[in-house]
Amino acid sequence: MPVFILNIPWAALLIIVPLIGMLLAFLFSSAARWMGFITVFLNLIAVLGLAQELSSNGVFQHTVGGWSAPLGIELYADGLSLLLLFTTALVSLGVAVYAAGYFSHSKASSFWPIWLMLLTALNALFLSSDIFNLYVTLELLGLSAVALTALAGGRAALLGAMRYLLTTLGGSLLYLLGVALLYHAYDTVDIQLLSQRVEISPVTWTALGLMFLGLSLKTALFPFHFWLPPAHSSAASPVSALLSALVIKASFYMMLRLWLELFSDFGVIDQVLGLLGALAVLWGSWQALRQTRLKLLVAYSTVAQVGYLFLAFPLAGGNQVFAWYAAGYLLISHALAKSAMFMATGNLLQYGNHDRIADLDRVVQRLPITAGAFAVAGVSIMGLPPSGGFIGKWWLLESALVSGRWDLVTVLILGGLLAAAYIFRVLGYTFTEAPVPHEAKRVPPAMQWIALILASASILLGFLAPQILPWLNIGDALIVVEAGS
Amino acid sequence: MNAVINEWILLLVLGSSLLPGLIIFGLAEERRGLRTTLNLFGALFKLFLVIWILWGVFNQQHYETRLELLPGLEFVLRAGPLALLFVSLSTILWLVTTIYAIGYLEGSPHRSRFFGFFSLCVTATVGVALSGNLITFLIFYELLTLSTYPLIVHRGTEVARKAGHIYLLYTIIGGAVLLLGTVWLYTITGTLEFTPRGFLADLDKTYHPALVIIFFLMIAGLGVKAALVPLHGWLPNAMVAPAPVSALLHAVAVVKAGAFGIVRIVYEVFGVDFAASLGVTRPLAWLAAFTIIYGSIRALYQDDLKRRLAFSTVSQVSYIALGVAIAGPIATIGGVVHLVHQGLMKITLFFCAGNLAETLGIHKISEMNGVGRRMPWTMTAFTIGAFGMIGAPPIAGFISKWYLGWGALETGQTWVLLVLLGSSLLNAAYFLPILHAAWFRQPPDKWPHEHDFGRKETAWALLLPPLITAVSALFVGLFAALPFSPLEWAELIAEREFYQP
Repeated sequence: MPVFILNIPWAALLIIVPLIGMLLAFLFSSAARWMGFITVFLNLIAVLGLAQELSSNGVFQHTVGGWSAPLGIELYADGLSLLLLFTTALVSLGVAVYAAGYFSHSKASSFWPIWLMLLTALNALFLSSDIFNLYVTLELLGLSAVALTALAGGRAALLGAMRYLLTTLGGSLLYLLGVALLYHAYDTVDIQLLSQRVEISPVTWTALGLMFLGLSLKTALFPFHFWLPPAHSSAASPVSALLSALVIKASFYMMLRLWLELFSDFGVIDQVLGLLGALAVLWGSWQALRQTRLKLLVAYSTVAQVGYLFLAFPLAGGNQVFAWYAAGYLLISHALAKSAMFMATGNLLQYGNHDRIADLDRVVQRLPITAGAFAVAGVSIMGLPPSGGFIGKWWLLESALVSGRWDLVTVLILGGLLAAAYIFRVLGYTFTEAPVPHEAKRVPPAMQWIALILASASILLGFLAPQILPWLNIGDALIVVEAGS
Repeated sequence: MNAVINEWILLLVLGSSLLPGLIIFGLAEERRGLRTTLNLFGALFKLFLVIWILWGVFNQQHYETRLELLPGLEFVLRAGPLALLFVSLSTILWLVTTIYAIGYLEGSPHRSRFFGFFSLCVTATVGVALSGNLITFLIFYELLTLSTYPLIVHRGTEVARKAGHIYLLYTIIGGAVLLLGTVWLYTITGTLEFTPRGFLADLDKTYHPALVIIFFLMIAGLGVKAALVPLHGWLPNAMVAPAPVSALLHAVAVVKAGAFGIVRIVYEVFGVDFAASLGVTRPLAWLAAFTIIYGSIRALYQDDLKRRLAFSTVSQVSYIALGVAIAGPIATIGGVVHLVHQGLMKITLFFCAGNLAETLGIHKISEMNGVGRRMPWTMTAFTIGAFGMIGAPPIAGFISKWYLGWGALETGQTWVLLVLLGSSLLNAAYFLPILHAAWFRQPPDKWPHEHDFGRKETAWALLLPPLITAVSALFVGLFAALPFSPLEWAELIAEREFYQP
């Protein structure tokens, strides 16, 4: 093993580098774009370094400042965190390239610092190992996300951002209440200690309910999804990409973590989550089908796709670890595909100054790369082979059939059909002429190609499952730990 | 070295149309020469590879590619006899259709886009042919849907867009149903490899009801593309696409992929004896028979030439399903060989229809009076194809019907003979009037929209392909007893399914 890789605190770098980048981008606003690029690039290197460390040493743990649990902050990285960090790094790279072309100078000087703050919060969240630190990073994440949403300016963006702000604060507050309850009951906030101490009791039930309610609100699980379409659709396109791809995944990651480590014995909650997930899939897809504007369609598609993630909860009950793999895989594929989709939509908006679906004037010929990006990303969203979305769907179907959950099988099949309906509705209109042809504005090639590249990455995932699974298994993240053991 | 080639050559067969296709997407519209070169090079290279593989298989070589896709499931390409039958048909017909398309779309807009998707479509078809297990088949089956959709909506009119919608409605639902059946089967058996005689016969009896449902799910999913009634609705609507697309869809790619899938399911997943014992082959035979008659009756009432041919396809492709469902070795030969024969005959008919439309602006049968005098070569090819459809010897269609009828007698299902006879009569009823009108009626003073080709009947690129395929249909019928004919091949396949230990 090369000596220079040893002893570099990759995990700490993952938090420090974006933080410094943010400060530098704020201070040197004329070079904000370059600060952003360098930071994102270094972030990817740090993730790769962490991956190397995990593959040789197993799970990573680091005590910050030497103050360990039960009260200190510890950093913890296993396969699941690594996968999310890597996805974040990839999507960040894509968004950086896209945003460089998208934002004018004045907006750029605001965008880059806030975006790097968001990246810091995301990385820190995925590396946290106690529930209070998770709260802090979650709050940071939410506030940066709101600020980015409002960045677009204009009434719709501000209204969407306001609703988002209230929702995210409300969600965090509920979560914090749960943290307080757990701390009061078990004297620690460290997850590993808690997993040993947690037992089924009214206090824990209440804490679980509050935390999951707050996090469901932040993940936009049906029926708490009302804030998402206005926020994601009115934000600037790179911001929408970030919000749909990464921000809502962070709160889902927290729910997954908490469930696996602490709450897996609390039977009925997984069924409730599954039911809400199923409703999300159907309702979100149906609403997407009814939209006349492309950005709203893509936002509702996110609502539906989030539902798929929650279907893993009831399915994983009967020792079906594949359901968790499916959730992880869908998470990554969706991050790549949805960011590509929002980028493509942003390109279309910039090209024709509107995003009315019926008036996509022969875009397949005039903006072929963008149309191609939308189509390729759509393949993963629909769950058609070969794509990451297909692999996730296959695993979910397999778990559902083995468990005899025919209701969920129906939801999975119907969800795929509805997704095909709204994706192809858009694609059909890209071939036809609009009644009023619009004057086309140039879209920089970089913005088009990065959308296609991210979309192709989600397709590539369809072939990489055997390579990715061993990483996911580092630290046995997805094996349920019995409470009290 | 040989082992390496044997492992990767099948991927190369896929790549020979995928790579030119991707490059063509990026070409500017005006780069006609480069595009044509890429197209033809890809088609010829693929033909070369297929001949190499055929020769290798004849010399006991084994070609297989395996890549792990999911824990426990692999992406498998294998060159077995059934695969090679379909791949050879696809490759030869792709070459011919490429030449035709180059001629047909001369001067049309968006040719780079067209040929790009065209190549993707062929890649998907070859992938369907070479699949070694159900999940690989499913992947390419869905890719086929995705790559043919842009060809249907190619013209960008509202009519095309709506036809695309209908196409997707049927094929996406079909794909979802097939996926459900596949995953369910996988959860029961833990494997999806295509095995001669199937791999389900040894399962516990308690699984049999589930297997019956799975069978019908899969047949429904495949039956959409194979145009089994009532899942055939997309096919007549897809006629809005340009003629090369109709030719490709009806003779080679989509419809054949569905029929091929049915053959694979019955022979290499369930096994024909096991399927018969489950009792699922009877309903399939009835459905196929009903489709045969229904398609022919609907064809009678069409005045649009392409729509009449579309319904004729609905009817004819079900011969394959019927041959499979009769569940006897002779009928198997008839069904499997009809994959090739119907392909050759139908593509001829569609090429001719395209010629009539391109050269004279003829779209309806009522406009075809006396066209035999104006376009004799085209109508000769059409006549050969039509007689083949009716089942007149010595053209290919006769061979298929003969074996189907004989197979029905062999298994004691004499009602099938009535269906075959009725179908032949109906075929005659809707083809002979066309021939009569073309050859024996007086031509009108003016054709609807004539293009001048000088002294030639029509462009060479439009004339040669139907002549080639018509002559091929004649030859495979005349020389069916020769070695390496499609008939011999089908006999080999039937032998593996029924007789070899």
